[in-house]
Amino acid sequence: MSNHRLLAMFKDFDDAFEVIDKIKGKALSSVHVDDVTMMSPIEHPDIDEVFEGRPSNIGYFSLMGAIFGVSFGFFFLSSAQASFLVQPQGGKPVIPLPTNFVLMYEMLIFFFVWTTVFTFIGMSGLLSRRGTLYSEKLTVDEIGLVVEVSDSDLDSVKNFFKENQALEIREEKV
Amino acid sequence: MGQVIQDKVIDENLEWSRINADVIASMQNPRRAYWVTFAVCVSMFLCAIAAEIYQYKMGLGSAGLNNPHMWDMYIATFVFWIGMSHAGTLLSAILHIIHAQWRKPIYRFAEAMTTFSLMTAGFFPMIHLGRVWNLYWVLPYVSDRGIWPNFRSPLVWDAFAISTYLSSSALFLFIGMIPDMAVLRDHTTGWRKKLYGILCLGWRGDDRQWRNFRRTYMLLACILIPLAISVHSIVSSDFAMSIMPGWHVTTFPPYFVAGALYSGCAAIMTLFVALRYFFRMEEYMTLNIMEKTTKLTFAIAMVWTYLNLIEFSATWYGHNMYDKELLIDKATGPYAAVFWTMIFCGMVVPFTLCFQKLRRHMPTMLVVSILLNLGMYVERWMIVAPTLAMSHQPHQWDVLWGTVIQWAIVFGSFGWFGLLFLVFVKLFPCVSMYEVKELCLHLKHEIHEEEQAKKHAAKAGATSSGGASPAGNPGLEGA
Repeated sequence: MSNHRLLAMFKDFDDAFEVIDKIKGKALSSVHVDDVTMMSPIEHPDIDEVFEGRPSNIGYFSLMGAIFGVSFGFFFLSSAQASFLVQPQGGKPVIPLPTNFVLMYEMLIFFFVWTTVFTFIGMSGLLSRRGTLYSEKLTVDEIGLVVEVSDSDLDSVKNFFKENQALEIREEKV
Repeated sequence: MGQVIQDKVIDENLEWSRINADVIASMQNPRRAYWVTFAVCVSMFLCAIAAEIYQYKMGLGSAGLNNPHMWDMYIATFVFWIGMSHAGTLLSAILHIIHAQWRKPIYRFAEAMTTFSLMTAGFFPMIHLGRVWNLYWVLPYVSDRGIWPNFRSPLVWDAFAISTYLSSSALFLFIGMIPDMAVLRDHTTGWRKKLYGILCLGWRGDDRQWRNFRRTYMLLACILIPLAISVHSIVSSDFAMSIMPGWHVTTFPPYFVAGALYSGCAAIMTLFVALRYFFRMEEYMTLNIMEKTTKLTFAIAMVWTYLNLIEFSATWYGHNMYDKELLIDKATGPYAAVFWTMIFCGMVVPFTLCFQKLRRHMPTMLVVSILLNLGMYVERWMIVAPTLAMSHQPHQWDVLWGTVIQWAIVFGSFGWFGLLFLVFVKLFPCVSMYEVKELCLHLKHEIHEEEQAKKHAAKAGATSSGGASPAGNPGLEGA
C-alpha cells in the first residue's frame, strides 16, 4: 500500500520526460506511469503524447450547460410571456419565437460558460485540500514528478530519481 | 536569416526566472507617468461624478436631452465602449484559436480592457434613464403590477447580451490569470501573497490542471467569439430595428462589429504604448508585436472603410428620400465638421500604418491610435445624433451639441475606464508570465527545427553538387 508521496524536481522537461519514458519501460516495478503526476510552470505541447489516455471531459459538461441554457431560456421567456396577466395584442403572438431565439442564444452561452468554469474548478481539484508536497520553484522553471510509493519501495524510487538527474527530492507521508 | 528568426516577437533566450522577476517588479515599481495618468483619470472621473449628481437632482434636461434628442451622446458613448470591448475577444479568443503566438505577451491587458469597457458601457443606459432609481424596472421580474419587460424590444436583448458578455469575459480573464496568480502567490509577500493565494484557487500546475485549463480556455475562447458578434449585432439592432432614416440599414450588424474591432484594436495600440512605457516592458511588448497589431488594425480599418462606403452607396442609390437627405446633410449640414473628422480619422489616418518606420515609432503610434479612436467615437456620434436631429418631421429638426453636463459625463467615462485599468495593471500582471514562457519554448523549438532543416538542406546540396553533371540537373544526375 502506498504511504509515501515523493516529489522529484528536474531542471527541464527533457529530463522529466526521460524519467517518464524509463518508468514506461518498466524501469521501476513499483511505479506505473498512470500514477505519475507532473507539475510544471507551463504546459508542454507534447504532454498528451507523454501521458497518453488522460482525457479531459469538460466539453461534455459544457454541452449539457448549453442544452440546459437553451431550454431554460425558452421556458423562462415563454412562462413570462404567457402569464395569466397577458394582454394579447392583435396580430402578435403571445410567445414570439424569432425574438426569443436571440435570448435563448444568449442563455445558451451564459450557461455554457458557467458550466465550463465550474466543471474546470471541480475536475482540476481546485479549491480542494491537497498534500503539502510542493515547491515554489515549480512556478519558476523546474519540473516536478510526483509518485506514491510504499515503505518498502521508498529507497529504490529515491535512488532511481537521483540517478536520473533529479535536483531535489521531497517526501511526505500520505 | 531564417523566417522564424526574422519574425520572432520576443527573445527566446529569456530565462523563465527573469520573466517572473521582471513582471513582478514592474507591478511594484511603475514609472512616474503611471501616477500622473492615474491622477488625471481620478480628476476626470470626479468631474463625471459631480455632473451626474447635478443631473440626478435637476433631471435629464440639464444634459440637454429632450425630444427629439432622447439618446444623443450617452448612447453614442455606450456603443463606443461596447465596441471597445471587442478587442479583448479578438486578440485573445480569435488569435488563440488560430494559434497566433505573438498575442501571448499582450492579450492579458486586451482581455482586461474588454471587461472594463463593458463595465463603463453599462453605466450609460442607467445614466441615460434619468430616473436611475427606477432601474430595476427593466429586470424581468413579476412585479405587483404584472408588467414584464417587452421581450420583443432590442433594448431587453441588450440587457441579456451585455450581462452575458460581461460575466463571460470576466470569467475568461480570470481563468486565464489563474496560473499567474500561483506565480504571484509563490513569489510575493504580505497582503499580495494572501490576495493571490485566494485568487489562484489552490493552483499547483499539475498535468491534470493544465489539461483541463487548456480545454476550458479553448472552449471559452470558442464561445466568446459568437457571443461578441451577437452582442454588437444586438446593439446595432437598437438602431436598425427602428424605422428612422440612417438607422434602418441591413448592413448595420456587420458594420457595428467591424467598427467595434477597429476601435478595440486602436485602443490596444494606445494601451500597448502606455504600458510598455509605464512598466518598462520593452523586452516583452516588442516592436515586432506592435507591427503585427498595427497590420491587423489596418486590415480591420479597411473592412470598416468598405462597409462605410457600401452604406453610403446603398443610401445614395436606394433613393429613399429621407435617408438620402440625411446623408447629404451629414456631409454638408451642421454636423459636417464632425462627419469629415470621422472620414479623415477613420479612413485616411490608417494609411500611416502602411509605413514600417512609423509602425515602429511608439510616439507616432500613440498619436495615430488616439486619432483612430477619435474617429471611431465620432462615428458613433454620427450614427446617433444626425438621425435624431433631422428625422422625418421637419418641425422636429433640432441640432444638439450637448451641454457641459453631458460632455463631463462622457469625458469622465474615460477617466473611470482608465482608473479601473490602471488599478488592474498595478494589482495583476499585464503580461502573462506562463504564456510568455510557452512562447519562448515554442520559439526555441521552431528555431531549432529551422536550423536542422538548413543543415539537412546544406548536406543534401553538398552531396548532390558532388555528382552534378555539367548540364546542371543535380537531382536527376545524382539519382
